[in-house]
Amino acid sequence: MRLTEGSPGARILAFGDYQPARVLTNDELAVTVDTTDEWIRSRVGIASRRIAAPDETVADMAVAAAGKALAGSGLSPADIDLVIVATCTPEAPIPNTAATVARRLGIAAPGAYDLNAACAGFCYALANASDAVRAGSARHVLVIGAEKLSQWVDWTDRSTCIIFADGAGAAVVGPVAEPDSAPGIGPVVWGSAGEMADLIAIKDRNSFIVQEGQAVFRWATTALHPVARKACELAGVDPTELAAFVPHQANLRIIEAIARKLGAPQAKVANDIVTAGNTSSASIPMALSRMIERGEIPSGAPALLIGFGAGICYAAQVITLP
Amino acid sequence: MAMTEEEILAGLGEIVDEVAGVPADQVTPEKTFIDDLDIDSLSMVEIAVAAQDKFGVEIPDDQLKDLKTVQDVVDYVRRSAVSA
Repeated sequence: MRLTEGSPGARILAFGDYQPARVLTNDELAVTVDTTDEWIRSRVGIASRRIAAPDETVADMAVAAAGKALAGSGLSPADIDLVIVATCTPEAPIPNTAATVARRLGIAAPGAYDLNAACAGFCYALANASDAVRAGSARHVLVIGAEKLSQWVDWTDRSTCIIFADGAGAAVVGPVAEPDSAPGIGPVVWGSAGEMADLIAIKDRNSFIVQEGQAVFRWATTALHPVARKACELAGVDPTELAAFVPHQANLRIIEAIARKLGAPQAKVANDIVTAGNTSSASIPMALSRMIERGEIPSGAPALLIGFGAGICYAAQVITLP
Repeated sequence: MAMTEEEILAGLGEIVDEVAGVPADQVTPEKTFIDDLDIDSLSMVEIAVAAQDKFGVEIPDDQLKDLKTVQDVVDYVRRSAVSA
């Protein structure tokens, strides 16, 4: 038996993002549930979020973000041979989202699958994509995080409806560039804690998302900075060298606590949650795409990503910014 | 080695300062966290986590909600440290 010839490493060529048009402010929510703009800003850090139109699907948002990433990469649809969509809110169990997204982007016959690691989904998918490129099972991979959490939220539950939102982010992953072949996606540190599965759940098809906020907060602010540090250690990058820290946009207080414990004084810390809400698997690539677009983070510099959430699942890796 | 009440209070003051930015000298026994020190439930979780690191005493979420004043936490830490 022969094996495929891989690449010495993988890198991210470009990011893309998509947010639905409809802006939902805290003041609007305060009309329908017992909350205030001040309370939401101080506890969660969100000022406004975007909500998809009723007929706007996860695939629609994924196509928009991925199309932008593809355009930014300079590649054509024919160059893509694997499409991974990280989502926990697909329209249906089958068909999967990835094959639909590929068809709509004009990508002919790629490998295509959905991946559910909830808010850690993008980092899991990025690790899969990197490994596929290194192993030679794919050359260029479209990695997408896309969610329509609004359709799983109880809009009368003030503990969740203020948090979750819709959107999509995408990255194009390919082999390292010659001649230096410096790897652009570091080793993943991933894991899970199924014993805490009940902390964040949509229990069945007739249920809404529920979350035990305080317990999640305690877990996230104690368990994750060692994971983040380990990802830096495996990549050979000291946290003080990081130009950006892009954690899942779960809650600004969690983001700030992890950042403080990580100790990355030079890093621009993503705070996309302020205007995007918590978009689960979409939050990290959306934040990165928008930070790059605003010129906040330099090309070629190291950034640390960490996704975490329902499952419990978590994953972190260092990347080189495209 | 058992900690004195003064040591626990001083340690707690440092924690509250670090977590919530409330000066340590304001962290006096009779103060309530929520009303007097303006500390919310998420900061209380951070204080509990930091207290565990500092005093070696675990304060679970279901106990945390009953600890309303600074003295409540000092007493809890002393009690737990003795029984541990």
